[in-house]
Amino acid sequence: MLETHIDQTLTAFFAGDRRAAARLMTAVENGGPAAEAVLEALYPKLTGAPRLGVTGPPGVGKSTLVDALARHHRGLDRRVGVVAVDPTSPFTGGAVLGDRVRMNDLATDPGVFIRSMATRGSLGGLARTSKEVVDVLEAFGHDLLIIETVGVGQTEMDIAGTADTTVVVLSPESGDSIQAMKAGLMEAADVLVVNKADRPGADQMVRTLEADLHMRPAADWTPPVIRTVASSGDGLADLTAAVDAHHRYLTGSGDLERRRHARVRVEILAVLRDRLWRRAQRDLTDHVPGWTEKVLAGEATPYTAARAMLAALIDDDPEDDE
Amino acid sequence: MDRAIRVLVAKAGLDGHDRGAKVVARALRDAGMEVIYTGLRQSPEMIAEAAVQEDVDAVGLSLLSGAHMTIFPEVLRLLREKGGDDILLTGGGCIGDEDMVELREQGVGELFGPGASTREIVDYIRDEVGRRRQLQENS
Ligand SMILES: Nc1nc2c(ncn2[C@@H]2O[C@H](COP(=O)(O)OP(=O)(O)O)[C@@H](O)[C@H]2O)c(=O)[nH]1
Ligand SMILES: [Mg+2]
Repeated sequence: MLETHIDQTLTAFFAGDRRAAARLMTAVENGGPAAEAVLEALYPKLTGAPRLGVTGPPGVGKSTLVDALARHHRGLDRRVGVVAVDPTSPFTGGAVLGDRVRMNDLATDPGVFIRSMATRGSLGGLARTSKEVVDVLEAFGHDLLIIETVGVGQTEMDIAGTADTTVVVLSPESGDSIQAMKAGLMEAADVLVVNKADRPGADQMVRTLEADLHMRPAADWTPPVIRTVASSGDGLADLTAAVDAHHRYLTGSGDLERRRHARVRVEILAVLRDRLWRRAQRDLTDHVPGWTEKVLAGEATPYTAARAMLAALIDDDPEDDE
Repeated sequence: MDRAIRVLVAKAGLDGHDRGAKVVARALRDAGMEVIYTGLRQSPEMIAEAAVQEDVDAVGLSLLSGAHMTIFPEVLRLLREKGGDDILLTGGGCIGDEDMVELREQGVGELFGPGASTREIVDYIRDEVGRRRQLQENS
C-alpha cells in the first residue's frame, strides 16, 4: 500500500469503515514498512480486550465452537473479532480457508468481523502476522478477539503466547491419534474441551484427560475439562464460565500482567529485528560480494567480515534512517 | 509486490451441492492462491460482506439455479455499496450467451459455462487480477 493510501485508509478506519479495516489487515499481513506505519498508528487505540485462542486437531469442531461462542457474546451485545488461521500448502503456496463455512450465522452481523488467514510458511499453526491482524481488529473496537488455529501438539505455545486464554479442543473421534499430540496440546491448554460429546467415547475421553491432569504437578490453575456439543450449543455455558474463571484467575494472580509484559517484550524485539534486518539489507547487501572475495582470498574470515559490516551499520547516522 | 491472490469462492442459491465450487477452490489453491471458501446457500449480502472482510481480489460465484440475472447484479451492487468496486466478480453456471453479454455490460467479469476447464478459470483470474493490480499501482 502506498503512503498516501495508508493515511486515507487510516482516516476511514477510525471512522468505522469496514473496507478500510480489511485493507489495513492486508497491509499488516503483507509486512514491510507499510505494516509498521499502520501498526504504529493503531497502537494507541489498543484496548486490552480479552483474546481467546481456540486450537486443536482438524475436524474436532473448532470453527463450529467459535461460531457458538461468538453468538453467545453477541447476545451480550459484545462486538466480536475472529481470526481463523489454516495452513498454507507447502507445495503450492496456496490455501483453502474454510472456517467461514461454520460461521454463516455471523456472516452479515455488523458486530462481527471474520478474517481468514493462511500460515504462509510460518511453521506454527499461527501465521507470522496473526497477532498484528488481531491488533487491527482490537483497535477497530471489538470487545472480544477469538483466534482459531490448527494445533497438533507441537506449536501450540505460539497461540498461548498470543491469547490470554487458550482453549484446546479435542473430540472423541480424535481418540487414538491424540496420544502423540497430547503432551503438547495439554501444556498449552488453559481450558480443555471435549467437543462432539454427543458421540460415543466422550465420557471415556474426559476421564482420561482428567486423570492425565491429575498426574501433573500441582499448579495454581488446573485446566477444567468441559464437554460440549458445538453444533447444538450444549455445554457452551460451562465453557464460557470456565473461560471467565480463567480470566479472573489471570487478573487476580497477576499472570495477565506478566503475560502482557512478556508479549510487549517479544513485540519490541520483533520490531527491532525487522528494522535492523531491513537496514542491513539496504545498506550492507552491496558489501557482501567484496567481503566474500576477501574471505576466499584468505584476507578475512566470515567473523571479521560480519564484525566490520556491523560496525559500519551502527556508525551510520541513525537520522539517515528511512 | 508478489503477494498472494485472494479469492472468495461461494455457492449462491438454494439448490444442490457444491462439488463444482470445491473443485474450482482446489484448483485455485493449487495455483498458489488463497481461497476463502464459504460454502452453500450464500445470499448476495453474505457474499459481498465476506468479500469485503477478507479483502479478496476476486469473487468466484457458482450457481446452477438460473437466478444469475438477479444474483450477479445484486452482488455487484452490494460490493459497490460496501466500497469493493475494485473486486473482480466472476463465476459460472448455465448462463446463456445473451445473459452473459448483459452481465458483462453491467460490470461482471468473464463467466464460465459448465464445460469450462479449471485451467481456464485459474488463468483468467490470475491474469485479470494481475491486470487490475497493475492499473492500481499506476494510478
Ligand atoms: N456430532 C457433532 N458434530 C460436530 C460438532 N461440532 C462440530 N461438528 C461437525 O464436525 C465437522 C467439523 O467441524 P469444524 O467446526 O469445521 O471443525 P474444525 O476443523 O475443528 O474447525 C463439521 O461437520 C461439524 O458440523 C458436535 O458437537 N457434534
Ligand atoms: Mg476450522
